[in-house]
Amino acid sequence: MTHAPGAQIVEIIKNNQKDLVGDLLATMKKKVIRLDKSAENEIIIQATQLLGFLEIAIPQGQLSDLETRAWDDTRQLLSDFSQTRAKEGFSPIETATFIFSFKEPLFTLLRTSLSNNPQLLAEEIAVTSLLFDELGLLTISSYQKAREQIILRQQQELLELSTPVVQLWQNILALPLIGTLDSARTQVVMENLLQKIVETGALIAIIDITGVPTVDTLVAQHLLKTIAAARLMGADCIISGIRPQIAQTIVHLGVNLEDVITKATLADAFVVALKTTGSSVTNS
Amino acid sequence: MERIPILRMGKLLLVTIQVDMHDRLAMTLQEDLTERIVKERATGVLIDISALDIVDSFIGRMISNTAAMAKILDAKTVVVGMQPAVAITLVELGLTLEGVITALNVERGISLLGHNA
Repeated sequence: MTHAPGAQIVEIIKNNQKDLVGDLLATMKKKVIRLDKSAENEIIIQATQLLGFLEIAIPQGQLSDLETRAWDDTRQLLSDFSQTRAKEGFSPIETATFIFSFKEPLFTLLRTSLSNNPQLLAEEIAVTSLLFDELGLLTISSYQKAREQIILRQQQELLELSTPVVQLWQNILALPLIGTLDSARTQVVMENLLQKIVETGALIAIIDITGVPTVDTLVAQHLLKTIAAARLMGADCIISGIRPQIAQTIVHLGVNLEDVITKATLADAFVVALKTTGSSVTNS
Repeated sequence: MERIPILRMGKLLLVTIQVDMHDRLAMTLQEDLTERIVKERATGVLIDISALDIVDSFIGRMISNTAAMAKILDAKTVVVGMQPAVAITLVELGLTLEGVITALNVERGISLLGHNA
């Protein structure tokens, strides 16, 4: 008897779709804690879809290579599934359980239908096991990718959120820095500041470092770079918000801030900036 | 031969760099500018680089050299109109144009020179 690997599985999937989905749900309920009614329905829909795709893909595709065209639909489905899972905050185990939970019921069905042909049974189980392992890996990798995308997006948002440039007065900008200054942030800070200088035609920018927890040589270097770039655009910089400890560290590190106007508070810096630009504020 | 025009505005000279600089052009500009400073008895030089999107270390050095030459001839040099991207590049290259006065645009540059002239 000639026999294509996986043929038996297709047969089983075709005939027992309902049962398989039911079993899957039962297994998942055992392993996954969070499963409300809507999540259940979603799983039923996705499982049915997946079984449908498998039914088509197994006979025409290579079982060992999921990169082939025959598996396009399956891959798409699984990557969508893992992405939504990742966004909803499921753990990777919970996500992969969806695939691995198919194994048990499938094996049981295989055993009953091939009980008189142990040779074929072993082959089928091996093939099925391999296939579902591959699918599981695929799920995990898409899950990981989705997670990384989320992290990347959050990083970017943080980057933009934490570097506002505000106009305090005519010709005066303020740049309140919060958090540590690394190279990537310095780049964003610099670009934002220079852009704003062009837009507003500011003469003075006050860089307030009250929110910068520590100033090491690298941070100081980045600050000096920003100041140099602003100077090239014709704007002077004042550093304000230097806490006592930071003043001590700066001196201990031997960082040269001689050429930069430094002030203890933003208010002091603002007064200097007003004087330099020729504006004044009086109490009425 | 290609030349960068030098315009006279009262006691000031305005140089607008709009083309890619190369060695020859830079040399010609420095020659022309120094000659004009002496001839017109200029007290200030404005170098407008707002049209330059890319500045490499060569142009950076050329600008500071030109400024230094003008200074020797007692003319203050202001570099005006630098693009943000150019400023970042120069800083990354370590060329902060020490000793060169900078301004956001020509108008600002003139008022800077006006106070000091």
